[in-house]
Amino acid sequence: MAKEKRGVPEINSSSTADIAFLLLIFFLITTSMDTDRGLARRLPPPPEKDQKQDDVIVKERNVLVVYLNFQDQLMCGKDYIGIKQLRQKAKDFIANPYNDESLPEKYAKDIPFFGNVMVTEKHVISLQNDRNSKYQAYIDVQNELVAAYNELRNEKAQEKWQKNYVDLSEEQQKAIREIYPQKISEAEPKNYGGGKK
Amino acid sequence: MGKFNKTGKRGMPALNTSSLPDLIFTLLFFFMIVTTMREVTLKVEFKVPTGTELEKLEKKSLVTFIYVGKPTEEFRRKLGSESRIQLNDSYAEISQIQDYITQERSSMKEQDQPFMTVSLKIDQETKMGIVTDIKQALRQAYALKINYSAQPRQ
Repeated sequence: MAKEKRGVPEINSSSTADIAFLLLIFFLITTSMDTDRGLARRLPPPPEKDQKQDDVIVKERNVLVVYLNFQDQLMCGKDYIGIKQLRQKAKDFIANPYNDESLPEKYAKDIPFFGNVMVTEKHVISLQNDRNSKYQAYIDVQNELVAAYNELRNEKAQEKWQKNYVDLSEEQQKAIREIYPQKISEAEPKNYGGGKK
Repeated sequence: MGKFNKTGKRGMPALNTSSLPDLIFTLLFFFMIVTTMREVTLKVEFKVPTGTELEKLEKKSLVTFIYVGKPTEEFRRKLGSESRIQLNDSYAEISQIQDYITQERSSMKEQDQPFMTVSLKIDQETKMGIVTDIKQALRQAYALKINYSAQPRQ
């Protein structure tokens, strides 16, 4: 008859740390912390079968056509330009600061915070590319166009609130988006500049 | 004065390491939570283009990936170095994209389906023809939110 209590023998836990270390190292190695970045775009819905081809007539002055040919050369409107000039050109087109006759029409629009503003509501930037253009060149063009919009929005935000666009509240951002709506259309590809199919 | 006399060596007191496992476990849990394991084995090589105006891609569970690039070394002898599309774990043709999107979409929760995003991880040297074909296929599949994956430029 054992009178004294046995007591549970203590488990040696000195190796827990090692086991945990092992797991830790495994997760450290398999982990990929890189956040994916990219240019977000919205594609137009597919054309309906019985839809007429030309039910939307856009005035010529409201469209900025950017062509990208198979040698990755850029044509904007009627002349060749370099990728560096594209941003300024797009900015002038979107904002139309001097009410130029050849740039997009402006319409008065009631916008929260700003009141009545003249907006180039109907402008469209149409990006057309050859099937043989390089993807990098295409992304460069997209990037410049987005940059043009971002710069304009930032300028507007600085003027009104002395802040950058990203630091504004949700409603303020929405108001600015209404002044400079992003309208980049991606047309069907064609063979520009004699590239082989 | 005998106040400071030291008799014998002190010796280092043993450090109490009983809380070490807890610390390690905390770290372990952190990494377990932030970890996202790569679900597919890549069969194409790609180097995404660079840009400056990039946005972060959020909510990984809503994102479907399409990879385009040259086949990796081991497949190159068989397939040549023409750009190929990879969906999930295998090479695919343009015509399969629509089915793939539908399938991916049905595996999502119903309330998440409208927010489905397709991330295009395309090699910067790819010809636009193949990209355009993919875009048209995505339009047909009503996967309209897309993201051209890119790296920040220095």
